[in-house]
Amino acid sequence: MSTTNRIDAVFAKLRTKNEAALVPYLTGGFPSPEWTLPLLKSLAENGADIIELGVPFSDPIADGPTIQAACKTALENGTTLERILDIVAEFRRASDTPIVLFGALNPFLHYGFEKFAARSATVGADAVLIPDVPVEEADGIQPVLRSHGLHFIELVAPTTPFERKKLIAERASGFLYYISVKGVTGARANTRFALEEPLAELRSLTTLPVVVGFGIATPAQAQEVARLADGVVVGSALIEKIAAARDVVSACGEISGWLNELSTAIKTARLKA
Amino acid sequence: MTSGHNAMIEIGPDEKGYFGEFGGRFVPETLMPALIELEKQYRQIKQDSTFQQELAYLLREYVGRPTPLYYAKNLSARLGKGVRVYLKREDLCHTGAHKINNTLGQALLAKRLGKHRIIAETGAGQHGVATATACALLGLECCVYMGSEDIERQKLNVFRMELLGAKVIEVTSGTRTLKDATSEALRDWMANCDTTHYIIGSVVGPHPFPMIVRDFQSVIGQEAREQIVQKEGKLPQAVVACVGGGSNAMGIFFPFLADEDVQLIGVEAAGHGLATGKHAASLTGGEVGVFHGAKSYVLQTPDGQITPAHSISAGLDYPGTGPEHSYLAATGRAKYDAVTDEEALAAVQLLCQSEGIIPALESAHAIAYLPKLLSRLAEGSIVIVNLSGRGDKDVYTIARSLGKSL
Repeated sequence: MSTTNRIDAVFAKLRTKNEAALVPYLTGGFPSPEWTLPLLKSLAENGADIIELGVPFSDPIADGPTIQAACKTALENGTTLERILDIVAEFRRASDTPIVLFGALNPFLHYGFEKFAARSATVGADAVLIPDVPVEEADGIQPVLRSHGLHFIELVAPTTPFERKKLIAERASGFLYYISVKGVTGARANTRFALEEPLAELRSLTTLPVVVGFGIATPAQAQEVARLADGVVVGSALIEKIAAARDVVSACGEISGWLNELSTAIKTARLKA
Repeated sequence: MTSGHNAMIEIGPDEKGYFGEFGGRFVPETLMPALIELEKQYRQIKQDSTFQQELAYLLREYVGRPTPLYYAKNLSARLGKGVRVYLKREDLCHTGAHKINNTLGQALLAKRLGKHRIIAETGAGQHGVATATACALLGLECCVYMGSEDIERQKLNVFRMELLGAKVIEVTSGTRTLKDATSEALRDWMANCDTTHYIIGSVVGPHPFPMIVRDFQSVIGQEAREQIVQKEGKLPQAVVACVGGGSNAMGIFFPFLADEDVQLIGVEAAGHGLATGKHAASLTGGEVGVFHGAKSYVLQTPDGQITPAHSISAGLDYPGTGPEHSYLAATGRAKYDAVTDEEALAAVQLLCQSEGIIPALESAHAIAYLPKLLSRLAEGSIVIVNLSGRGDKDVYTIARSLGKSL
């Protein structure tokens, strides 16, 4: 890549501070497209190091009830991929926080994959994560994104055997996304995640940052994950807070306090360890 | 294969699970190891003669195979032109449809894989009943996902599944129909793939499912091909089957793929009419997309969101179709057309009155296509129609559509 991707810059900086990244996930256009820009700004101002911006799909098979419902509401209220890309362009005028576009393949394909990649780069996105594109299907996807300076984020699951982890790690760029639980997305406040072995295995295969997501809902869980991982994704728990707010101003207020708590928990994780 | 008037086709899938440009494995990483393992084991087990004997025994003694290839004399006479129509009587299978061919095969496969829990999706409930039946027979735990809309419309089948010992899980997400039940089954499988096998009901989903379901359903075409040669001394001019996901059609088409002079015709559900947008004809009225793990034709909006399908027949009411059908359509080896709800209803009455057979609404779509096909056939042509299921399950829907209350 000719210029440094914003994601690489963020991890380089965090590495010198020995800190993990806070990576909130927001369903684009939820509950309606007007909310998304203020929410993105609020995330960026309150400790988000990288933002995953979801592109809603009618049939999200990797998502649990919270994000399924968020996708449905966003689509009912007129959210389109084009609109989300416009919002990223506006956000980029105000912030340098990296954006990972996160969504099912079909809307990207239907938009025209080359056109999608080109426009994503133009508006200032930094990476694309497509949960229904495993490494076997990435040949027509990853090179297109890469030619536009975008990372294609690869995922590793608890079910992924060692040889396959190796194959995925060799192809990955930006960061590796480790799925912390078998199953779909969704807050699991009482779960303790078994990360030591799988992360140690991944560390032996790559020097790329490893971000962990799926199920993380509380500052305590985030702190535990941040001791081992280079980034912590919170998704459904954030969406639940937004869903409970009566308007966008109160939503921003509601999430800012909570994000600061998460951020503090993550940034101090390794001091306590 | 000799060169004929049909396009040259490859018998798929290739090692990546593609039929031409269609198919593949578009699923979350969590499922990939399970799919790879399933394919590997399936290829071995398929060659195992004990497995084949066990399946053949059950198909013969339990399902009632081979099913008759019945010469529908009265229907043929009504159509005219000396055309001879044969019905492949899958409606006479145990549980009333072809679905059992696949569920028994996959349930036996699951036992070999050491998986004791089975999940399935169902729309009208036919695949759910066939799965529950196979699980009861083979002593497997069974959970069937079903949309709340369908549960309401198909109470009888819900009760049949429960009677057979299955647990029916209500799906309230999305449009609350078959597509959402399929999504929910995939989600369950993501969380439980170590202990659970997913018996998908049609030739859809990620590789290797379209191949596995086709293989288990090919018994239909193998029998039909032998039977027609025995009865007529030659192959038919055309084989006709209805297509939703497309399992009965792939099952009867597959053994005829190399017979280039046999026309293969898939009939989709045009619902209220293709122009109204309220239909389930993904091959004739959809576009290429990626849905439920495979690249195939699918009904979608200009933004690439999947649109709900419509058909009077719940078994065809699905916005996608099998990738192998997309391949056969793209190469021209099979032709696809669609008939409306109204035409299917007329075909139900035609078959009832001419032959004394109440067809499933799904299968009625294939019957309804015969008059259209006639103009393209020579005098005295032989046609096989796959009568994929019996219509008892549909009598309430049919009555309502004909303005009768029961």
